[in-house]
Order: sequence, then structure tokens, then C-alpha cells
Amino acid sequence: MNILPFLDILLASLIVTVAASTVVARDLFAAVVSYVAYGLLLAFVWIRLYAPDVALTEAAVGSGVTGVLLITAGKRLAAIRKAEPEAQPGPALKWLTGALAVLVACALAAAILMLPDVPPSLAPEAVTAASGPGAGLGNPITAVLISYRSFDTMLEKVVLILAVVGVWSIGKDAAWGNAPAPLGRSRPSPAMVFLAQILAPIGTLIGIHIFWVGADAPGGAFQGGALLAAMWMVAMMARFDEPPRIDAKWLRLGLVAGPAVFLVVGLAGISMAGNFFAYPPGFAKPIIIFIEAFMVLSIAVALPLLVAGPPSEGYET
Amino acid sequence: MSPSTLAGLVGATLVGLGLYGLVLHPHPLRKLLAFNVIGNGVFLVFGIIARRGAAAGLSFDPVPQAMVITGIVVAFAASALAVALILGLYSEAGRVTLDPDAWTKPGPEEGK
Amino acid sequence: MTAAIAITTSGGFLLVLSVLLPVAGIILSLVTGGRYASSITLGLTPFGFALACAIAFCVGRTGNPVTYAIGGLPPPLGIALRADGASAVMLVVTAMILSAAALYAREKFTTRRGGGESRSALTFWIMLQAIWAALTIIFVGGDLFNLYVALELLTFAAVPLVCIDGRAETLAAALRYLLFALFGSISYLLGVALFYGAHGTLDIQLLAHRVEPTPVVWTAAALMTAGLLAKTALFPLHLWLPPAHANAPAAASAVLSGLVVKGSFFLALRLWFYVLPELPTGQAVAVLGGLGSAAVIAGGVLALRQARLKLLIAYSTVSQIGYLFLVFPLAAGAQAWSTIGWSAGLMQVVAHAFAKAAMFLAAGVLAEAAGHDQIAKLGGAARALPLTFLTLALGGLSLIGLPLSGGFSAKWLMLQASVASGQWVWSIPILAGGLLAAGYMYRVLAPALSDGEISMQSPPRRCPQAVALALTMIALALGFAPQAFFDFIEIGRPLVGAS
Repeated sequence: MNILPFLDILLASLIVTVAASTVVARDLFAAVVSYVAYGLLLAFVWIRLYAPDVALTEAAVGSGVTGVLLITAGKRLAAIRKAEPEAQPGPALKWLTGALAVLVACALAAAILMLPDVPPSLAPEAVTAASGPGAGLGNPITAVLISYRSFDTMLEKVVLILAVVGVWSIGKDAAWGNAPAPLGRSRPSPAMVFLAQILAPIGTLIGIHIFWVGADAPGGAFQGGALLAAMWMVAMMARFDEPPRIDAKWLRLGLVAGPAVFLVVGLAGISMAGNFFAYPPGFAKPIIIFIEAFMVLSIAVALPLLVAGPPSEGYET
Repeated sequence: MSPSTLAGLVGATLVGLGLYGLVLHPHPLRKLLAFNVIGNGVFLVFGIIARRGAAAGLSFDPVPQAMVITGIVVAFAASALAVALILGLYSEAGRVTLDPDAWTKPGPEEGK
Repeated sequence: MTAAIAITTSGGFLLVLSVLLPVAGIILSLVTGGRYASSITLGLTPFGFALACAIAFCVGRTGNPVTYAIGGLPPPLGIALRADGASAVMLVVTAMILSAAALYAREKFTTRRGGGESRSALTFWIMLQAIWAALTIIFVGGDLFNLYVALELLTFAAVPLVCIDGRAETLAAALRYLLFALFGSISYLLGVALFYGAHGTLDIQLLAHRVEPTPVVWTAAALMTAGLLAKTALFPLHLWLPPAHANAPAAASAVLSGLVVKGSFFLALRLWFYVLPELPTGQAVAVLGGLGSAAVIAGGVLALRQARLKLLIAYSTVSQIGYLFLVFPLAAGAQAWSTIGWSAGLMQVVAHAFAKAAMFLAAGVLAEAAGHDQIAKLGGAARALPLTFLTLALGGLSLIGLPLSGGFSAKWLMLQASVASGQWVWSIPILAGGLLAAGYMYRVLAPALSDGEISMQSPPRRCPQAVALALTMIALALGFAPQAFFDFIEIGRPLVGAS
């Protein structure tokens, strides 16, 4: 096992280098590509930290969907404007900011090194609770997300809805109700079409599978939903499907399904189990999977909408 | 040096790098990229805390990991909102700058 | 003290309902379509107000905070909600100002009969309800990560309101606001991570029992505070506020200046007075007080130089936010004068919320009626819009801190606290700020009261004027707040009286 520390250091240096490239690259497109690469490297770090759920989420959402978002944005910006001479900050400001950044990084590193060796954590309680009558789940992260800190997760779904409405609101008044601009070119490359034909059905199945097993193994609603969202985006990029009209009823219902079901089940908890957001013992697992199913739907709908952007009046290509 | 300590130091470095980029770059999309770098650094700090919280039976503490998952999704939503604003600003005004003086037009006829 | 923390008390369920009500409103508004969004919001408003009053009643009746352990799981594994005296007051204030903003904006953002859903209507009402939900959680939340999600919700709700009219400058202002706010949240989150790493819990009460003055805790507190300062627009991180608040529609500006910035400030109070009060915080709070003083002066001076009324009011917000941070040195510790400092701080929060909201609404009436808000061209406006200028004048009274207003009570209490605690230095910014406020109010009122003919583009509407006037009267009425009010806001605050 003595190769591992060397690999760790290699991975760490690689990540820092790519992150630095993201920050100091001259060209916008280079910076975005560096960011996507760095996100994938981070997924490896998460696996090294024994966090497969997080690795899945980082790969799917943090690097995958965010990458599509940033690349699309970069392309739309770069397509029209020439190399705009931006006002570069003067050297004094650079030194000052550099000093500040170094100071913050060192203070943070010191704080991290000074963290207590065996922090008093909740891990033991969560283990006994997860497998006990509390939730009966094999995946403690799902237990934390949907059972113990369900309030956080419900609020986070509301945050997603808010972001979608916020993105929609940036469109023009005249375009309201239309569909966002298509994600792909009007004549998608054959490679893209081929990829979509192969990938989309398989990816959809894998996404559903990840959600389903997430109760007891790494996975869950966020990861499964993100994968389904990615598959829909792939299909849209190959022009198999178009972004829907934002006033479509099914779209609105799909968007709110997750938080709405969460809200109703949470309110019902007071009669079912004596407390808001409590689950009756013995029924916790089916209820959790029920809520997660609707969460998957909402996430699969919301993420592509966030990438697609505000409604547009006409189609640009 | 254990993997978690190394990861923690990487996290601290990322926060520093991202902060540098966030303050310095004039272009909002670069600022957004830098913000995401900071975000990932913060999540790494959560991650090492999760790893250090390993106890009997579990190799990690699930609470910080759940927070990271929430944080990743929220950070993506924030990026999407920022991108929409940047693109909207570009399509409305033809340029993207955060300098407020660029938008004030002199002249008495300019009113609310 | 190993007493059970956060057992659900009677009335605790009200806390959950008060959060879920606006969330349900958002879901309903999105599904039924924008045509019904204004009705849904206005329909839920009285219920929200009733819940806030009910919570305040429960807190006052028992003299103890109202708590609720969500899911029946107490911290450290679960999340608790906790409403103490200060929370209850802020809930009621939020309900009143949001209702006023909703009434004010009802005509502007309503879809005409037979019209389809409109972008601005759906956005406005959903964002308003989201601000309500987010602020409710901020005021009653007991878990630091839960509060982080609430802060993000607040930001995502406030930013689209800034650019709701779609002009390029509002989009730029919104983008700037978003970037500052994102920096604030991520800094806050980093602090949360360190707190969790050091003490294994994020519940405010549990943390208060576990914290020690270690470098990790100080770093975490510094990071969280820096983030909250950026969101509250304390000098020198105030750059995003004036363009954002001045260019938003009037109802949105009222909510942004009156309530949204108070949310992150409230969390700073939670951090320093609820999590860290047992620690030696003397130097840190002095730094906060210093920044606050700088804000008071800088904001006031910049306000004097503005040509537009709404920008002047926005810089006045920057200045008045500085007063808020004088609470930190004046209310720290458990001495007798700390109670006075705390009362002063909360009175300033509440009085400024009403006065500033009223002033932005009045400026909105003026801008609509006259077609512009250039101060230089306001000659004779007071005669054309008497109610509006009465609102502005009375609001200014509270901002300056003249007697018989909430602002006067706040500043008087601050002076008392600074004298009683021997921290004479803080009286300088308090008095200087009052003078500066008098200066910029004079700049607004003098031309308005002079002879001149202002050309009106359209007659002012009565309902918005009445709403603005009502808010400013409340700001004045706060000057008569009885001692019971000040006792109420002490309920649940650690280190008070005993220990």
C-alpha cells in the first residue's frame, strides 16, 4: 500500500495546478475547460475520502451539469464579442489581493490542522439510528438527508424552484411563456446523435437504478435525478427533444412535485407520527422512497431548465 | 500525511486561489468560476471533517457529506442564476461589466 | 448544564406552520399560473400575520422561547426551531412590511382580467413569498446549516426582484449583488464547516455550551461574520447595495432595505450573542463597532452627494446599517448596560425597517407621479404630493433620531449605553450620523417645500400613499414603545440577568 501516499500527493498537486489554471488562464474558454477537468479530478478525491455519494454528485452535478452550463455560457458570450480589452487590475491590487488570498489560505490551513483529532461527531448516533427503528435505511446519508435533516432538503428543493423562476424572469416580457432556446445546433453532429441514441436510454436506466438503490447503497435521489437530467440534456443537445414551453402545465407540476410531496408528507407527519416531518415507525423506508421518487422527478426537470435558460422569442442557432 | 489532512490543505489552497480570482477578475463569468473553486474548497473541508468523524461501524460521518451534497446542488443553482444574468445583460446591453459607472449616463433628461 | 435542549414546547408547531405557509404559497402560485399569484399572496398574508402574532403571544405568555424539534428528533441529530423575544418581534415586523409591500404593489403587478400570465407578476409574487419564507427561517432557525440554506433562499429571492424590470443597469446591479451574496454565503458556510469540525454540532444552543476560545473557533467566527457583513452591506462591503436598492421597483426596494439586509444582520446577532457570548469577545466587537461607525459616516456623506432620491435613500440605508453594528460593543457581556444596548439595537432594526420601507414607497409614489426622481427638479413637489412628502419627512425624523420616533428611542438608548459602559467613543458616530441625516433630509425637503412648479405626469394613487404613510406612522409610534416591549425582546437571550 505504499504507492498510495505518492498517488495522493500527485492527485493533490494536479488538482491545485488545474484549479490555478482555471483562475489565472487568460482565455475564458480555457478556464472553463480547466474547471470541468478539475471537477472530474475532485470526484477522485471524494472517493479517496470514502464519500462515494458525494463523488457521484460532484461528477454529475458539480462537474457535469455545471460544465455544460458554463461551456454553453462561454460559447454564447464568445460567439459574438471580439476579444474585449478588459480593464486589467493594476499590479498593486494584484499584490494586495494575492497577500489576502495567501493569508486566508494559511489561516484556514492552520485551523484545519488544529481541528481536534477525534472530533465529537454524530457518526455513531447516525449509524444506530439509520439501521434501527428510526429509518431502517442502509445508506446513512439518505437517512440524514430525508429523515433527520429533511427540513434542510425540503428547503433546498424550494431553492431550486426559486432559481428556475429567477432564471425565467430574466427573459423578455414578450417571450414569456415560450420555450427556451434549443440546447443543440440545428444540425447536430452525427457523433452527438449517435451518443444520444446509445447513451440516453442506458443512462436513464442507470439513473433510475441509482435512485432506487440509494436507500441502502451509495446513490439516492440527487444522484439519480442528476443523471436523468443529464440524459434529457443529451437528448436535447442531439435535437431529439426540445426545451418545453415554460407555461406547460406538466412542466410546472413536475417542477413542484418534489417539494410539494415533501411538504404534504411533512405536514401529515403530525397525525401519522405526532410531529411534523416525522415518519411512523415501520413505514419510514417506503415513505422515504416515495418522497425521493418525486424528488427525482423535480430534479430531473429543474436541472435542464436551469441550463436551458430563460424563454426566448425566436430560435437562434 | 493522511489523505484527509492532505485534502484539507488542498481545500485551503483552493479557497485562497478562488478568492484571488473572485476579487481580481473583472469579467463576471471568471468571477463565477472562481466562486465555484472556492465552493469546492469549502466542500473539501466538509469532506475531511466527515472522514475524521469516522467511528465504530462507519468509515465516515454522514452529516457533513449530506451537507456537501446539498451545497453542490445549491452552488449549481447559483451558477445557473448568475449565468442567466450574465447572458441577459449581454443580450440587453451588448457588454458585460460590473462597473456601475458604466451604466450612469449624464444629462438632466435621464430620469427614473 | 445538561438539561434537555430544544424540547418541543407548546405552540412550537406554529413555527413550522409559519415557514410552510409561504412555501405552500410559492408552490400554488407556480402551479396555478401567474394570474392567481397576487391573489394567493394577498390571501395568505393575513394568515402569515396571524401566525406571527400567535408566536409572539406564546413567547410573551410563557416568558420563554418557543421551540420545536423537527421530526421529534432533538439536536444534535435533528434540527430545532427556536423563537425567542427578538425572533417574535422580527416575525411580526416582517409580516407587516411584506403585507404593506404587497398592498402597495398590488396594482402594478397584477394581471389584467383576461390576460395571460405575465413575467413580472409571477416573478414578483413568488419572490415576495420566498423572502417571507426565508426570513421566517432566519428568525426562528436554530441550526447553522439550516440558516445557510435560508440565506441562499433569501438571496435567490432578492436578486431577481432587483432586475425585474429588465433594464441593463438593473441586470448589472443584480449580478453584482449576486456575486457579493455568493461570496457571503460561501464564507459563512466555511465557518459552519469549522464549527462542525470543532464541536460536532450545529445547533446554536448546543454550540453555545461547547465553544471554547480556540483559534479554530475564532477563525470560524471571523469567516461567518465576514460573509454576513458582505450580505448586510456593511462598509467597506457595501458597494453592491445602492445601485441594487435604488433601481429596483419601489415595493421591492422597501422590502430589500427594510427586511432583507436585516436577515443577515440577525444571523450575526445570533452568532455573537447566542453562540459566542461566553467567550471574551471584547476586541472583536470593537472592530465591528468601528466598521459600523465608518459606515454611519461614509453612508451619510455619500447620501449628501446624491442627485437621485432613491439613491440618496439607498445610501441612507448604508449609513443606518452602521448604527446596527454599534450594538455589538454596546450589548456585549452581561452588565446592566448590555440590556440597554440590546434594546437599542433591536429598536434600531425595527424603526429603520418601517421608516426606510415607508420612504422607499413614498419615493416610488413620487417617481411614478412625476416621472423621475431627480432631487434638483423637485421644486414645489410638497404641494403637489402632500401626503408623500409628509411620509418622507416623518421617516426622516426617525432616521435623524429626533424625539418621539422609534429612531430617537434607538439612538437615545445607544447614547445611554455608550455612556454607562464608559465607551464614550461610540457617541461620536451616533451624533455625527444624526447631523448627516438631518443634512440629507434637508436636501430633499428644502426644494420640495420651496416655491416651484413640478410637472406631474400622472396623479398619485391613494392606496400606495396611504400604505407608505401607515408605515411611517408606525415608525413614529415606536417612540412610545412601553417598557414591556424592551422586556419582551430580552426573552431567551443568554447571559441576561443571571450568570
